[in-house]
Amino acid sequence: MNFKRLCAIFIARNREFFRDRAAFGWNFLFPFLIIGGFGVIFSGKGYTEYKIGVFPYPLEIVSVQNLKIPEQFQKNSYVEFIGFKTLEDGLEKLKHHKIDFLMKIGSPSHQYWLSDSSPKGYIIEKVFMASLQPVDRQPIAEKKEIQGKEIEYIDWLFPGILAMNMMFSALWGVGYIVVRYRKNGVLKRLRATPLTAFEYLGAQLLSRIFLLMFSLVVVWVGCDLLFSFHVEGSYFNLFLVFFVGGLSLSSLGLLVASRGTSEEFTGGILNFITWPMMFLSEVWFSIEGSPQWIKMIAQVFPLTHMLTGVRKIMNDGAGLPDVGLELSIMLLITLICLGLGARLFSWNK
Amino acid sequence: MSELLEVKNIVKKFKDVIAVADVSLLIPTGICFGLLGPNGAGKTTLIEVIEDIISPTSGEVLYKGKPRASSFREEVGIQFQQTALLSFLTVRETLATFQNLYQKTDDLEDLMYACHLKEIQNQYNDKISSGQKQRLLLSLALINKPELIFLDEPSTGLDPQARRNLWDIIEKVKEQGKTMILTTHYMEEAEYLCDEVAIMDHGKIIAQETPDQLIAEHCKGETVSLPKENFKNRVDRVFMDHREIQGRIEIEPDNINACIKELLSQGVELTDMIVKSPNLENVFLNLTGRQLRS
Repeated sequence: MNFKRLCAIFIARNREFFRDRAAFGWNFLFPFLIIGGFGVIFSGKGYTEYKIGVFPYPLEIVSVQNLKIPEQFQKNSYVEFIGFKTLEDGLEKLKHHKIDFLMKIGSPSHQYWLSDSSPKGYIIEKVFMASLQPVDRQPIAEKKEIQGKEIEYIDWLFPGILAMNMMFSALWGVGYIVVRYRKNGVLKRLRATPLTAFEYLGAQLLSRIFLLMFSLVVVWVGCDLLFSFHVEGSYFNLFLVFFVGGLSLSSLGLLVASRGTSEEFTGGILNFITWPMMFLSEVWFSIEGSPQWIKMIAQVFPLTHMLTGVRKIMNDGAGLPDVGLELSIMLLITLICLGLGARLFSWNK
Repeated sequence: MSELLEVKNIVKKFKDVIAVADVSLLIPTGICFGLLGPNGAGKTTLIEVIEDIISPTSGEVLYKGKPRASSFREEVGIQFQQTALLSFLTVRETLATFQNLYQKTDDLEDLMYACHLKEIQNQYNDKISSGQKQRLLLSLALINKPELIFLDEPSTGLDPQARRNLWDIIEKVKEQGKTMILTTHYMEEAEYLCDEVAIMDHGKIIAQETPDQLIAEHCKGETVSLPKENFKNRVDRVFMDHREIQGRIEIEPDNINACIKELLSQGVELTDMIVKSPNLENVFLNLTGRQLRS
């Protein structure tokens, strides 16, 4: 392997990344926007999970204190009351799942409507029925709170967004670009030089991991200034898990890009990989309780192991030995993808 | 003159299509060797097999008498027919990047001067004209001081002035004693630049000699060309061999004086008559019955 040749391609690729203003800007703006948006939504005050329609009410925005509905029901969190002038207006929204539950204000018999096909409506009905019970007749249940420091939702979500951004950047940034270069003849031109496939792929991998880590640091610092995050473990360990995760994702990108010249087809393949990976790797929600086969598929994705490792360090203060399994699996994925990618790699169309 | 390159019985098939059909060539050191033929003749496929960009179905290529080793890429310079370059790099940065891919390299300033790239050195490589792009691609082919240079249709798509500029640069490279293999479908380019020409059609070499020898061997002499309407529907009366090309009647007479006398005696108008010296276009026409660019 010739280091000078590898460096030449590494520098050229980095220049391309930093000079492509639109793509460069979007790489940073996208995670900021998502984290910012979710930070606002999930900050607790404005977030509502259930929408309850009430009628007759002259305005859409409802003053809860003046509503003639059971007091216990008014006090529920994550509930938003929306006013309707007539029953028909409310039913129209209920029918189209714009609201989860509809009730009549001041009704002595506590009339309510819901859609049988609405899971949220079902839950709200149970809550509503419970709130009608006198306080002294409610079943006794002992509440135990989680001990120790509470993990804010944004502390759980933040590493997921960063990792998801890394995934898209690694797979599309490597996979799509290499295929484009093959299609427009850049790879063919490089093939006419002494550059080897290993040097080219190595330069692509190093360049991408450098750019991923650079973006990660910038986005992390930026988000840290806007929101407050709690990192229980070591920043070095966190960086290491992100680094190895980035390696494995970029290697997967190289494997996808090892053949083919159709950007549309490669785009399809990348979507086929990234979307299930995003949903099953617990970026947005936990897959706890899902069927076993779904959990097994999730284990194939490097993003799952990166996120598990990162959350262990960030939320639980785990040390390196605690994330050894995740690091090992990601390194194994890197080696398999790189080996296969180098073997299948084609310069020509 | 020793042989730098020997191409032995190359066959290249793409599924059922035979792009190159059993081609053998000997290319001596220090000449500009031209592969002339129409589009689709198999020139690019053959040159890419020789460049080791694609593998032949069968056959062998020897460089300096031996199969091409890994050092082959250090010693050759290649300009492809169509290629894009690494994006968002200036002309200078593009050259510097490629310079770092080779062990032995030319001086960047000298190369930019020779290829007239100094003025555009700080422009992005995709923001330059097609003539400038071809000069940049040529300079990339020269950056490693190659012993053997491949130029695949180097002037395709260029205006006459840009083409002439490119030819001047190639002429200067020739003067340094470099060996060049050039493919083209422009007979003027082959005549101007090549010491030896192989004419290719349907994947085969159908003739190979110096341009002068090819013309002498396959053309009688001047060609007389007249608009068809000058014959006033009496083309059949012309006793000489002739052919009709794009609304004109072309005659290759043994004696031009006798030809003109005959035309006048038949009452043929000589308005818009053109007398052309024979060239490689005529050679191809005589060999295949088709025009190079048809």
